Amino acid sequence: MTSIHPTEGASLWRDAWRRLARNRMAVFGFVVFTLITLACFGTYGYLWATGGMDATGGKLSQNFLPPSGSHFFGTDDHGRDVFVRVLVGGCISLAVGFLATAVSLVIGVTYGSIAGYLGGRADAFLMRIVDILYALPFVIFVILLMVLFGRNFILMFIAIGAVEWLTMARIVRAQVMALKNTEFVEAARALGYSDMRIIFVHLLPNMLGPIIVYASLTVPAVMMLEAVLSFLGLGVPPPMSSWGVLIKDGAEKIDVYPWLLIFPAIFFSLTLFSLNFIGDGLRDALDPKSSKD
Amino acid sequence: MLRFILMRILQAVPVLFVIASLTFFMVRLAPGGPFTEEKTIPKEIQERIEKHYGLDQPLWKQYLNYMGNLVRGDLGPSFKYPDFTVGELIRRSFPVSLQLGLAALVIALALGLPAGIIAALQKNTLLDYLPMSTAMMGICLPTFVMGPLLILIFSSALGWFSPLGWYTWSDMILPSLTLGLYYAAYIARLTRGGMLEVLNQDFIRTARAKGASESRVVLKHSLKGGLLPVVSFLGPAFAGLISGSFIIETIFFIPGLGRFFVTAAFNRDYTMVIGTVLFYATLIILLNLLVDIIQAWLNPRTRLE
Repeated sequence: MTSIHPTEGASLWRDAWRRLARNRMAVFGFVVFTLITLACFGTYGYLWATGGMDATGGKLSQNFLPPSGSHFFGTDDHGRDVFVRVLVGGCISLAVGFLATAVSLVIGVTYGSIAGYLGGRADAFLMRIVDILYALPFVIFVILLMVLFGRNFILMFIAIGAVEWLTMARIVRAQVMALKNTEFVEAARALGYSDMRIIFVHLLPNMLGPIIVYASLTVPAVMMLEAVLSFLGLGVPPPMSSWGVLIKDGAEKIDVYPWLLIFPAIFFSLTLFSLNFIGDGLRDALDPKSSKD
Repeated sequence: MLRFILMRILQAVPVLFVIASLTFFMVRLAPGGPFTEEKTIPKEIQERIEKHYGLDQPLWKQYLNYMGNLVRGDLGPSFKYPDFTVGELIRRSFPVSLQLGLAALVIALALGLPAGIIAALQKNTLLDYLPMSTAMMGICLPTFVMGPLLILIFSSALGWFSPLGWYTWSDMILPSLTLGLYYAAYIARLTRGGMLEVLNQDFIRTARAKGASESRVVLKHSLKGGLLPVVSFLGPAFAGLISGSFIIETIFFIPGLGRFFVTAAFNRDYTMVIGTVLFYATLIILLNLLVDIIQAWLNPRTRLE
């Protein structure tokens, strides 16, 4: 803290923001992530607006060109520009990452807050189910679902989201348990508000910190799961592609055409890298007690 | 303690029952079947085959049959490997996956624990930043990038190992390194966090004040508590090692259970899919129980009730 202004009230969010802005790795992660996201969706939007989606089709006579001035990342087996493919594929990876996290967020927050708010036997029962689900080979079920019901973008993020909500439910439950006996909840109850209103209007804003922190760390985990599925041949169906699909295709030709693996892998790892730094930074900023430094 | 273990095992029975039923109906509701081929086979032959495996009966009857056999420990015949039962296939392929998983776990612990402990003791020095940023990179570098890269360097360029297969002991090195490095990175981060938490406690200051040597402070006083986060990570790690083995076995062409499972799902080998899922589920439940027991031993405050 460089200076103290006695007139300026300190709020949780302002303090958190200051701590985050001082965290060099988190700022770096944020800058890198923003650049990659803008590049991906910008390219996608540009191609879509100009009807140039087919421009990625390329010419067969120009296949497997190494990186050069006209094709920064070289071309692939169909003569398509790898640079454009990586940027467009990034949109799918990022979209799956965020949509699946949103699904897990909705399920986890609802489930966790209901269990925590009800307490007692209902809570014990609901959380026992979570304990049991924790012990299951869930990835196997996601693989099974994708194999059996086909490669499908929507099924993919719903299946991943349905797997990733357990920890979120536990975190939210603990928060609700801690908050539900405070005076402001009692006041809301005395005013005759419904339980649902108390949970979502009164309690939820007070536990945003841990929720944001955990959600930000879920995004890279989900993107990794998407890539794993793609690698097993269960990614988004062609002609769509994602970083996972590109990495899979590249890995098969690595000894002859290494650029097909290296560039998607760099983008994928860099994105995960920056997302993890953002998540760590958010944790240090919003939840200083739980940070391990 | 014994009561706790018995309770957990008893609880596992209904869970496994639900998993078996869920998987059974999931594979059955999916389009396609084990004998739907690209080329059409004569209708009579198709019917003969389906009758042989009881696939002509109504679904509920097949379900009861399957469950009845399951109670007697019979996982049924494989539809795609006609001379083998599912039990035989699992017995043949699982030891391979187990070897791979154990080797990876040993590598992960041997690299991750020391790295995390050193980083915690040398906090905010080069010896902290260097291993921790390497670990962060390790977490962000998926095994299916690491695997091909290791093949490129150590078998294509240097020619030290064969790139594929599972014949001699040297074939084990690249696959288990690929799988192990990823978890080494996680374990290093968790160890550092756990150790830092313990090293800040009053009883460590007391130990130092008594004049205990640094190695005694680390090994005797902090390690047990500092390893708690690592132990609780081991549960998810086992599950992760299993799904990780799907990928490693695909990259390196290893005849393990993971590859059998993925192929079985693609082939709609009904009995093989359900059998493998049940086997994995049992394994994970048992390993989680083991983790809970180790945790209780390390931290008496987590009572097993």
